[in-house]
Amino acid sequence: MPANRFNGHTDYGIGIGLRSPHYHHILTRKPVVDWFEIISENFMIDGGRPLRILDQILEQYKVVQHGVSMYFGSAERPNREHLRRLKTLVQRTKTPWLSDHLCWGSVDGRYTHDLLPMPYTFEAARITAQKIREVRDFIEIPVAVENVSSYAEFHVSEMTEWEFLNEVAERADCGILLDVNNIYVSSQNHSFDPFTYVNSVPAERVAQIHIAGHSKYRKYILDTHDHPVIDPVWKLYGRAIERLGHTATLLEWDDSIPSFDEVHDEALKANRFLASASLAAAV
Amino acid sequence: MKLLSLQRRMARAVMTPLTNSERMRSVAPDGRSMRAVASQIIKPNDRMTSFERLEIYNRQYWFRVLSAFAEDFPGVRAVLGGRRFDAMAKAYLIDCPSQSFTLRNLGSRLVIWLQKHPSWAGERQNLALDMVRLEWADIEAFDGLREPSLKPEDLAGVNPAKLRLHLQPYVSLLALRYPVDELLLEVRKDSDDLDVASNTFNERHKRKRVSAAAKLKPSPIFLAVHRLDEDVYFRRLDREEFAILFALHAGKSLNAAIESALRSSPIAVVDRAAHVEKWFHTWSALGWFCRLEKSPKNEKAASR
Repeated sequence: MPANRFNGHTDYGIGIGLRSPHYHHILTRKPVVDWFEIISENFMIDGGRPLRILDQILEQYKVVQHGVSMYFGSAERPNREHLRRLKTLVQRTKTPWLSDHLCWGSVDGRYTHDLLPMPYTFEAARITAQKIREVRDFIEIPVAVENVSSYAEFHVSEMTEWEFLNEVAERADCGILLDVNNIYVSSQNHSFDPFTYVNSVPAERVAQIHIAGHSKYRKYILDTHDHPVIDPVWKLYGRAIERLGHTATLLEWDDSIPSFDEVHDEALKANRFLASASLAAAV
Repeated sequence: MKLLSLQRRMARAVMTPLTNSERMRSVAPDGRSMRAVASQIIKPNDRMTSFERLEIYNRQYWFRVLSAFAEDFPGVRAVLGGRRFDAMAKAYLIDCPSQSFTLRNLGSRLVIWLQKHPSWAGERQNLALDMVRLEWADIEAFDGLREPSLKPEDLAGVNPAKLRLHLQPYVSLLALRYPVDELLLEVRKDSDDLDVASNTFNERHKRKRVSAAAKLKPSPIFLAVHRLDEDVYFRRLDREEFAILFALHAGKSLNAAIESALRSSPIAVVDRAAHVEKWFHTWSALGWFCRLEKSPKNEKAASR
């Protein structure tokens, strides 16, 4: 949705991920970009060049924080040091909302540094929602959870992935970062209709959308963020925008990163869909 | 199956070392069949078995942590050689899996681990340990905290016998047996060159780098790894210079630090004051000292 309580009532346009190969271009050429998304963990440090660059970016651009290791779905309690550092960064960036993944990745204090899939059970939904609430109460800004790409499904699951997402979002009363590439990747890996997923998401909770490229292997698709967005994902994005309206959209490109202009141009392709959504809203 | 139990089982499987051909092992560390472990928790689909689906995560885990580890320690890799380094990295990560939300801290226990497991570095343990210390100090200097710098007015009226100076958290002091700073700079220069070089050129440089590491002879150095204008630098220190800084860092007062550092110094007594003045001038210019704490240890002479 456009401005809503899960994205701090903002109406951001099309952004791209802030990545180090582009720092020089951004700081010297000052390109017009609606907003940048940063990986929170890259800046949850005490000092040095990354924070200096971030401060320079913050002087000129809107920045939203996206995390990769809060692990809302891990059975263990949130790491206090992580929360403390995250809050310090939130105060620095003044991000209107914060996102991280609907996944787990650590257990008994050991970290896999991966986005591991959830078992879609009511117990997991309850634990995850409780953790999201705990994080939001500590950070004191809206939180959105992102659906991940997955390569495995669990026997214990009691519902579909989209039902689980809705269950968690409802219990936590949190926002959703809808990653349409992840929906596509998982739909191919688990043989479900990605449009059913997109059509099932509660529109009023969507704070933001992610788009990205991926890699196709013989038996599965891997979410690699190292290619342009493929047409089937754009079609899915089109359907999402049709349902949600003009929604803050972010292109992720994390590996084999091309020039800034190439990444930005790829992101701006979203305008095709956003423009018609704006027109429809006006009519 | 409860969430915690499922996550423990899956994490154990995901973090199990790969085979030499980088596939998932058929037997788990506890002796159970990995196929049985996988099929108990993961559904197969029309293209992949439970084992194959779990293997995707197992491989991703190891590719990710090994690549992050190698990125942090290119100097250690040059010292040990690629094959020995890879074996050492796997052994370290089995014993010391990440306990932090950030991969930045992956190598934080490597010095202690390598001291306990010298066989992984073979005959080059001391050289490897020196390089680990340097590369870890480099990581700490890159994003360590910068406290407000000490200003001359902060020292006004402070009694030198009671004065305790604190180093910036991003400064590391290293007493090393080998001149690994030069080797690491060479390794990094080679890596920069490799970005634009042909395969033949790469091979030649790789051989040159390995040869440089092999020829490195012990020659003690004292080093400060620090940050200036957000770039990390390795600054060689005189023995006495190092000793003063080390003593200050250990909490000695200014007078005591200088006294202990110069006690057995070959520097002529008449020249010592000039040396100390020059060193302090340099350290201050580099911003190595933090603002004094308001504590009884640093009470002003006037207040006594």
